[in-house]
Amino acid sequence: MSTFLPHFPATFIVTGDPLIYGAEVSIVLATVGILFVLTYFKKWGWLWREWLTTVDHKKIGVMYLIAALLMFFRGGVDAMLMRTQLMRPNMGFLQAEHYNQIFTTHGTIMILFMAMPFIFAMFNVAVPLQIGARDVAFPYLNAVSFWLFFFAAMLFNLSFVIGGSPDAGWVSYPPLAGLEFDRGPGENFYLLSLQITGIGSIATGINFMATILKMRAPGMTLMRMPLFSWSVLASSILIIFAFPALTVALALLLIDRLAGAHFFTMFQGGNPMMYINLFWIWGHPEVYIVILPAFGIFSEVVSTFSGKRIFGYSSMVASLMTISVISYVLWVHHFFTMGAGPGVNSFFAVATMCVGIPTGVKVFNWLFTMYRGRIRFTVPMLWAIAFIPIFAIGGATGVMLAAAPADYQYHNSFFLIAHFHQVLIGGTVFGMLAGMYYWWPKMFGHMLNERLGRWAFWLFNIGFYVTFFPQYLLGLMGMTRRMYTYPANMGWNTLNFISTIGAYVMGIGFIVLVLDVVYSIRFGERDFTGDPWNGRTLEWSLPSPAPHYNFARIPTVTSRDAWWTSKQERVRGDAPMKLEPLQPIHMPKSSGRPFIMSAIFFIGGFGLVFNWYALGFLALLGILISLLLRSLEYDTDYYVPVEEVEHTEAALGRA
Amino acid sequence: MIQGLTHNDHDRHYDASALSQPSHRPRQGALRARKTTSLLGLGVTAGLSLLTTGCGERYLVFRPVGPVGQVEKELIILSIILVLAVIIPVSLLLWHIVWRYRDVPGNPAPYDPEWSESHVLEVIWWGIPIVIVGVLGAFTVRDTFLLTKPPERTAAPLTVQVTSLNWKWLFQYPDQKIATVNYCEIPTNRPIQFILSANGPMNSFWVPQLGGQEYAMPGMAMRLWLQADRSGVYYGHGANFTGRGFAHMAFNVIARPRAEFDGWVRQVRHSAPVLTRVGYQSLVQSNLVKPMAFSAYAPGIFESALLKEGGMYMKRDLTMLGRSHSHSGT
Ligand code: HEM
Ligand SMILES: [Cu+2]
Ligand SMILES: [Cu+2]
Repeated sequence: MSTFLPHFPATFIVTGDPLIYGAEVSIVLATVGILFVLTYFKKWGWLWREWLTTVDHKKIGVMYLIAALLMFFRGGVDAMLMRTQLMRPNMGFLQAEHYNQIFTTHGTIMILFMAMPFIFAMFNVAVPLQIGARDVAFPYLNAVSFWLFFFAAMLFNLSFVIGGSPDAGWVSYPPLAGLEFDRGPGENFYLLSLQITGIGSIATGINFMATILKMRAPGMTLMRMPLFSWSVLASSILIIFAFPALTVALALLLIDRLAGAHFFTMFQGGNPMMYINLFWIWGHPEVYIVILPAFGIFSEVVSTFSGKRIFGYSSMVASLMTISVISYVLWVHHFFTMGAGPGVNSFFAVATMCVGIPTGVKVFNWLFTMYRGRIRFTVPMLWAIAFIPIFAIGGATGVMLAAAPADYQYHNSFFLIAHFHQVLIGGTVFGMLAGMYYWWPKMFGHMLNERLGRWAFWLFNIGFYVTFFPQYLLGLMGMTRRMYTYPANMGWNTLNFISTIGAYVMGIGFIVLVLDVVYSIRFGERDFTGDPWNGRTLEWSLPSPAPHYNFARIPTVTSRDAWWTSKQERVRGDAPMKLEPLQPIHMPKSSGRPFIMSAIFFIGGFGLVFNWYALGFLALLGILISLLLRSLEYDTDYYVPVEEVEHTEAALGRA
Repeated sequence: MIQGLTHNDHDRHYDASALSQPSHRPRQGALRARKTTSLLGLGVTAGLSLLTTGCGERYLVFRPVGPVGQVEKELIILSIILVLAVIIPVSLLLWHIVWRYRDVPGNPAPYDPEWSESHVLEVIWWGIPIVIVGVLGAFTVRDTFLLTKPPERTAAPLTVQVTSLNWKWLFQYPDQKIATVNYCEIPTNRPIQFILSANGPMNSFWVPQLGGQEYAMPGMAMRLWLQADRSGVYYGHGANFTGRGFAHMAFNVIARPRAEFDGWVRQVRHSAPVLTRVGYQSLVQSNLVKPMAFSAYAPGIFESALLKEGGMYMKRDLTMLGRSHSHSGT
């Protein structure tokens, strides 16, 4: 046993900073509080049966959503700290070490532990319902994905109080992130937690690709599929082909760090540029992985709230697929300045501009979906409308960055920072918030409050412009990213100050959003119809929330916007559908193993962070045993009897 | 393919053969084409700088003092004009549509819930971005190739070897045999061949008013052509994060006429200390230092840092290095 803890580092628990003491105390308090509440109200069994062991895509979606909002909060706090430090020149609010850790955790959390679970929340909540399926193709694997993500996020966040946070940037380029310049365990936390969540993401990609290709309701041909499901298909394909590159990059860097190999070291034959290539071979598709589902959501929202069919459906599909293909050949635009030579740079520059073409087409199609419609300014629609100008500008600055020689002047400056926040916030975050407001009644059976929702929207939207427009200008003034402090004589002071104020406004917007969620749980208008927005796609044909088997009878689809069509038919009095008799419903069984196996991943990851190989090895064994047990398990499903279905449907007021 | 991506083409890499023939690349046509865009662009730049804060001279990227920065600025302006051709119509259209078709009782605007196809419209908006990308792409490719060559109409280039150290910049002048730290003097109206490397984490060498940046990487030598046509002191900074002291990696590039530059070189030769190997080792340590000058340096420090412990993929480049001055590492 003593080999377990041989190198117990002196700095195991991070000390010496009031922020961190505060975090440590609040983590302990929150944990004790949660344990107490669960015990006091005797909720342990409930938690285990209903949530920790569930394989129901709707519940998994809800858990993803909660996790994404929590991580959004953590990443947002990081952002506030950074903007406070940059509010004035030569500020002493944060030391360089802390600033470096904070921008690293901010970026990593926002992309991998906020954006990814947020899109997965939407995948899970909407896709099976939209395509008329009873669950995803591999429900057990879906639970594995979620718990891997969840424990990876815990592992990553743990570094704040144990061992120290990573501080080499979210891209973590060696040799800065190699042993030569970064001995601390923070970087290991980064590598291992990303590796673990990456496994989960690949599994989700496979799962949803299979679900969409194989489990659509009869009659729902691909070209009748809702655009959100199309965007999930495109995003899943990207995940499947892009994430393995990240896996390789992280694994090799980890081997460098743990075993002293020389894949990416400065000398002895290592080649750090190889890491940079691998990272962006994943990294560029990754930004499209998180934007495409947002495109899908906007398509649903714009069409629903304009009361009109989506304009240019085939064009929309074509542009989604074109984008997902082109995005594999763009990665070099993240390092035009690495000297690849003019031929290579020209190729990637023009390819990058080309991705702006299908993107632009989508914008026009959304506009013309609204044209000759009847636009209802609901909260989801507000996010969608606000997205259009922001994204037009973000895409435009993307095209500007793609002009390689111009990029030599923008690269690594605040201009770049402004670009990608514009597309990530204005695109992905606005999209996910639109989706959250849109599908909230479907998830929970009640609406979110419109008034608070509007406040949150306006604060966030205005705050966004105030924060990021000055940053374009700062970039053109020569301010580089990742500086924890700047001199007073460069003319950067006012713009930085304005930017910080904008960030605070966005922070307040986020708080109002959380208030809306809390308020609506208690007071939100209940949705008894299942179709509060007068929707167009199949999820709105179900009660809110949907029963665990989703569809008592799998619908037969005859057109695009299937639910809209059947509502129209009913209005016209056409073909009063004759209901088929109910059948027993085949459903997957819950399992605790995904949770336990992911917890073992966490333990093993934690061990490797500190080079405790024995622990890592034991965990590996545990994982292999879990996998083996699953392979030998045959009792994985059951049938819901007809009487139970009848009973449930009757209770929900459906025939 | 990968070799091409991670490694450098001859063109961008430090290739001494370019030295012997700096000025027979006629690019007059390209220059004339740039004139037209620059006229168009003038308005936009003026507008941009006036609109913002009134202190336009702070926008370093829009205040280039040499041909490289100028090419980049013109490309930036062209790109701004082209993307505005999309942003403005989209924004106007958006406000118009949102207003006209809002769902209020008695709105007289037409409502056509099934209308969802129009080939004419779709051709238009596949077409517009294609044209824009075509134009911008053509200029981009032209300039990308242009910038790998020495800026024209000038005397023989000056070579400056730049090393990013934690957290300071070392400048070596192989022909003058002097060195500086955290500042760099150059003559005006003469192309400067910066040879970039790092003995530490990867950095990026950026002097916005001279032109765009390029990475300074350990174990590699990369060439960046820049030139100042006006005397002045120009702000430079590392652009790629290198750790704790990164925010302090600022340096000035001081450009002055040839005679004054030569005078400065003589003065450094006479008054400054020598940079020994030991002195270099202390520069490699992670710390911050003030600007310094050295009248001479131990030969081969730049090359041996490049080659440290193998540097196997730099063999080819080493032979090129050998041609610029006496050191030979092979
Ligand atoms: C029209 C479409 C787009 C184009 C042409 C484009 C172009 C570019 C280019 C050329 C860069 C590299 C600039 C540099 O490093 O100097 C870049 C960076 C980036 N873009 Fe975009 N982009 C587009 C859309 C998006 C979208 C939709 C997202 C995400 C939702 C996104 C997220 C990012 C991120 C995160 C970075 C930089 C990450 C980093 O360096 O830390 N971009 N983009
Ligand atoms: Cu990219
Ligand atoms: Cu190289």
